Amino acid sequence: MSHAMDVLPYLVAAYVFLTGCYGLATSRHLIHAVGCLAVCQSATYILLLAVGYRAGGTAPVFSDIEPGSRPVVDPVVQALTLTDIVVGATVTALLLALVLQIAKRHGTVDPDELRELRG
Amino acid sequence: MHHLLPLLVAVPLLGAALPAAAGRRLPRAAVEITGFVVSGGTGALALLLLLNSTPPMTEWVGGWLPVGGQSVGIVVLGDGPALGMATLASLLTLAALAYSWRYFDAPPHGHTGAFTALMLLFQGAMCGFALAGDLFNAFVFFELMSVVAYALTGYRIDEARAVQGALTFGVVNSLGAYAMLMGIALLYARTGELGMSAIGRGLDAHGGPDALVLASFVLVMTGLLVKAATVPFHFWLPDAHAVAPTPVCMLLSGVMVELGVYGAWRVYGTVFAGPGGIPAADLTRALVTLGILTAAVGAVMCWYQRHIKRLLAYSTIAHTGLFLVGLGVLTPEGDDGIALYVVGHAAVKAALFACAGVLLDRFGSVDEHALHGRARSLRATGVMFAIGALGLAGLPPFGTGLGKSVAEEAAGGPLTVGYVLVSAITAGAVLRVTARVFLGLGPRPEDAEYETSGSGEEPETGGLLRRVPDTMTTVPAVLLAAALAVGVAPGFGDLVARSVNEAGSGGAHASAHWTAPGVLLGLAATALAVILAALAVTRPTWLAAPSWAAPLRRLQSGHVGDYVAWLLVGTTLLGALALPGVLGG
Repeated sequence: MSHAMDVLPYLVAAYVFLTGCYGLATSRHLIHAVGCLAVCQSATYILLLAVGYRAGGTAPVFSDIEPGSRPVVDPVVQALTLTDIVVGATVTALLLALVLQIAKRHGTVDPDELRELRG
Repeated sequence: MHHLLPLLVAVPLLGAALPAAAGRRLPRAAVEITGFVVSGGTGALALLLLLNSTPPMTEWVGGWLPVGGQSVGIVVLGDGPALGMATLASLLTLAALAYSWRYFDAPPHGHTGAFTALMLLFQGAMCGFALAGDLFNAFVFFELMSVVAYALTGYRIDEARAVQGALTFGVVNSLGAYAMLMGIALLYARTGELGMSAIGRGLDAHGGPDALVLASFVLVMTGLLVKAATVPFHFWLPDAHAVAPTPVCMLLSGVMVELGVYGAWRVYGTVFAGPGGIPAADLTRALVTLGILTAAVGAVMCWYQRHIKRLLAYSTIAHTGLFLVGLGVLTPEGDDGIALYVVGHAAVKAALFACAGVLLDRFGSVDEHALHGRARSLRATGVMFAIGALGLAGLPPFGTGLGKSVAEEAAGGPLTVGYVLVSAITAGAVLRVTARVFLGLGPRPEDAEYETSGSGEEPETGGLLRRVPDTMTTVPAVLLAAALAVGVAPGFGDLVARSVNEAGSGGAHASAHWTAPGVLLGLAATALAVILAALAVTRPTWLAAPSWAAPLRRLQSGHVGDYVAWLLVGTTLLGALALPGVLGG
């Protein structure tokens, strides 16, 4: 049982990533596609936080607990996740701006109808 | 000296702040001079550090030195390849800014400084990626570089094609970057380290490779190979390069794609090369297979393009394939040859894009068919386009030729034939364009059914140019001279070889110089390119697209969902190619 619980977060991360990829591959709407990309990125948050988890650990904030008095989860991955979220916000904002511009210039946001660049 | 390393990232990033913040109040000349000073100054600093990079430097940013083998600081590498890529990126940024000197029309009115700011940000991010000594910072700079590149690709937001290409570029590259981050997280889970060499030691301490090592290898490499436009991760590149502004194309093709190759070399050599990583035979199988595939697809697609910027984009894909093959054989000679090849290719390809930009701004078209014979008056540009084609073929004494001959010797056997064929086909396509567009030779070819024509493009200047500004001819001339200098300058090859081998290649040293077979193969590739171009111009039906090429072209559908599906196929393929060693180990 505990082994299954250890593996579960990793399976969830893989599942979320692949779900996002499936959504991207079959998307009929570009805003939906950008959302799917954000889903893929959420998988990286899950994986990072799962990697840093310690059984019985608490938040790595030492204002109210003595260092070393009880286990804490790994603060490095939390810093990475925060950075990752900032990166994700930048990417999503920029891509949504591009989608807006595509809607204005092409008159559609269906990737099936964007066939100017090919061959 | 090593304390100066972080400045290579900090100076362009801070320099970008000025035109971004005060751009609309400053006169345009002030903004552009800021761009020159910052990018040129960073380039000079990178060059200075590069000349002092023996022995290789490392710097812990802010003095956060490791304590008892444990580190929380950010490590920056200052060895030959890292500083070499940073220098290349900086000098090419300077060239691109000089090329766009006062000519580039800024569509978002009131944002005079936006283009300069983005270019400097791009330079800073590329330097940061080149120098990153730990994987997470490599990821952050990878994403910064990518995001700035999406913005630059879609810079002309009023153009329908530009925004479409930028979005495709954005989705595929960001997905690759997230795959890379998943791989980094797995490596951190195994070793508790983020520094590349520390991860390598951690993997070795853990014993032989297992499923986790394989998964992290595949995921990290997926991100880097997406950037390196390896087949089947390559679909974003032609769409992005065909629509990006010309100065941006010079950087994308000249150095950003190569940074993906550099990243793959760095990560394999530092993280996965030990006994706990991926066995050498598997890496060779994966990189050489994908490299051959990439070179072949790139060369075939390059030949059948009529959109000149797309044609050059596919030739970048083909040459990237050659880079991967050269690095994949894992010999010090291969590394040296590819380092020289990358430098020479950057100069040649940037010069060719610069010439294509002249056509775009003079005639409002980059269509080989529509421009047939129209550019006869642009003699200087035509000559440079032809010289660029010869450089692409690896004609001695171009730097590309030197790099290619060293890499050919390292690869050996049938792979040599691949090098000759691919460089001949891509150079032949460029020569064919020269003959048709600048000389008006041969009949006007017929239109194919499934293609991007390149007609009806908006020029990047305010209107069509009457005469070509001096900057737009000087920059490609200087770049071509640089490509020549790489091959001619005595001792340059050995200098590059020494600094590359010092950083990697397991301490083995090799030298890089012209050899008789190398010169002959370079001449053979050039002759083949000329023959192909002559046949294509005089007998268009002989070399018209055969039926088997049509499905290949149809794969490039312009549909972002298809490209994502291909990315997953590529990841699976990479895993399958690297699997045997892990099973056997």
